[in-house]
Amino acid sequence: MSRAGVNRAISIATPILLLAAWEIAARASVLDTRFFSSPASIGNELWTMAASGDLWKHAWISLARVLIGFAIGTTLGVVLGLGIGLSPTISAIFKPLIDATFPIPKVGLLPLVIIIFGLGEASKYAIIAISAFYLIVINTAAGVRQIERIYLDVGRNYHASRLMMFTDVALPGALPSIITGMKISMGVSLIIIVTAESLAAKSGVGFLIWTSWQVFEVEKMYVGLFISAVMGFLLAVLLDWVERRLIPWKGA
Amino acid sequence: MTAAGDSSAAPGSAKLRLRDVRRRFTVGKRSFDALEGVSLDIAAGEFLAMVGPSGCGKTTLLRIVAGLETPTGGTVEVARDPASTRPENSMVFQQESIFPWMNVRDNAAFGLKARGMGKHERYANVQPILELAGLKGFEAALPHQLSGGMKQRVALARAFANDPEILLMDEPFAALDEQNKLILQSELLRIWEASRKTVLYVTHSIDEAILLSDRILVMSARPGRVKDLIDVASLFPRPRDISTVKSSPRYGELFARIWGELRNEVLASARESGGKAA
Ligand SMILES: Nc1ncnc2c1ncn2[C@@H]1O[C@H](COP(=O)(O)OP(=O)(O)OP(=O)(O)O)[C@@H](O)[C@H]1O
Ligand SMILES: [Mg+2]
Repeated sequence: MSRAGVNRAISIATPILLLAAWEIAARASVLDTRFFSSPASIGNELWTMAASGDLWKHAWISLARVLIGFAIGTTLGVVLGLGIGLSPTISAIFKPLIDATFPIPKVGLLPLVIIIFGLGEASKYAIIAISAFYLIVINTAAGVRQIERIYLDVGRNYHASRLMMFTDVALPGALPSIITGMKISMGVSLIIIVTAESLAAKSGVGFLIWTSWQVFEVEKMYVGLFISAVMGFLLAVLLDWVERRLIPWKGA
Repeated sequence: MTAAGDSSAAPGSAKLRLRDVRRRFTVGKRSFDALEGVSLDIAAGEFLAMVGPSGCGKTTLLRIVAGLETPTGGTVEVARDPASTRPENSMVFQQESIFPWMNVRDNAAFGLKARGMGKHERYANVQPILELAGLKGFEAALPHQLSGGMKQRVALARAFANDPEILLMDEPFAALDEQNKLILQSELLRIWEASRKTVLYVTHSIDEAILLSDRILVMSARPGRVKDLIDVASLFPRPRDISTVKSSPRYGELFARIWGELRNEVLASARESGGKAA
């Protein structure tokens, strides 16, 4: 086997071996199964929940919250970020505000967000949108400033309108940096949604994890953790695909 | 009749009038003159080549004419046809300047889009120019899929498609290999002889300057001034053929004259900076 083939085999074998070790330890009562359920019983629970539809319900509602909030936050972040990057006036108005409020941990805003948007779905979208917005606006503005000056000169020399400078120069020029911001904020959005759902929701993966723990249905808690891992993986794959579609001129 | 090459053309016929154009730059605490009083008339339809030592302000002068840089003194006047809807000028930049995120066709049509031309019309406009530039079959390619020479041809196509009254070209062929350069030079000669645009053309190559231009402006070392203005049009009538021009004895004389002037400038600036360092 080639060196790469060996490494690949190791990458696949390691998690399987760990799961097997976990299973054996659980059956031999080396692990306390009240807290560390065996992989087989977690798999069993996963199957039951998938069959009853519970699993899809929680997964889908979390996914929808993340995607909708993320879309709102990204849109606002890109528009304002382009404005800040292109216009010294817009930058003077918004940049200090953004820089000053950026360090606030966004989960800490949850009580305020609930007061403003209520306990329903709107507050979930809002908290995700806010977290995504900051990372996107900062990355977009930085992306515009990193655009090589020659491209702005071409835009000026060919008398591109303000709108065209936005859509044909600044936006595509800043896209690589925007996508980087999207990748980071997608990870952050997952953390935030799981946290927000544990604190203030009656559904979703975070709710599933936290209530299962409270009522001591530990298998269900593990199923919740498993779903969030799968969601994170799928969203990362989605963003990689978006990246290849939107910036084919970078890399591969 | 070679009115286009006549440096004593009546002031009224000048397309572009530069009067005492100056540009001072400040880098850190130090200020220096990049251009020190350049005055020049360029006739409508004239092809003017600029040669001069590196750093003498050729790009700066072009950027001033393009409106991308403001002069610290002097004036730039362009005589515009009031009925014309064509853009005043388009620049071909010294460095790579086509947008990496646009395909060849959209890059070439950028100026037309900026002028508000619809998609179908601008693509139809650009197609023959792309073909002329040898880019047929690559219309949908992105710049990273092109060779360096092809990218430069896209930049040329973009400027030509825009159909400006004045073309500003800053060493457009400097990055090309010798064969591509020769081909594109004769292409340019052909296109220009058909369109007779006013052209301001910067080059490091004396060869290229003689081959293409009506007049050659030799710049002094920094701060840039007009050192010499040489009439080429009366020596080599158009249409020109590269090999005929090069085999003419007058070509050798002209080359030697310009080369001598440039060498003196380069030596003078080397002596000056050497003296400062000592
Ligand atoms: N934006 C700027 N800020 C400060 N100095 C500048 C700036 N642009 C140009 N200069 C300086 O002005 C001088 C002339 O530069 P310019 O680019 O016009 O030279 P050039 O004749 O085009 O040279 P080359 O043949 O090497 O392209 C140089 O000394 C350069 O360092
Ligand atoms: Mg230059």
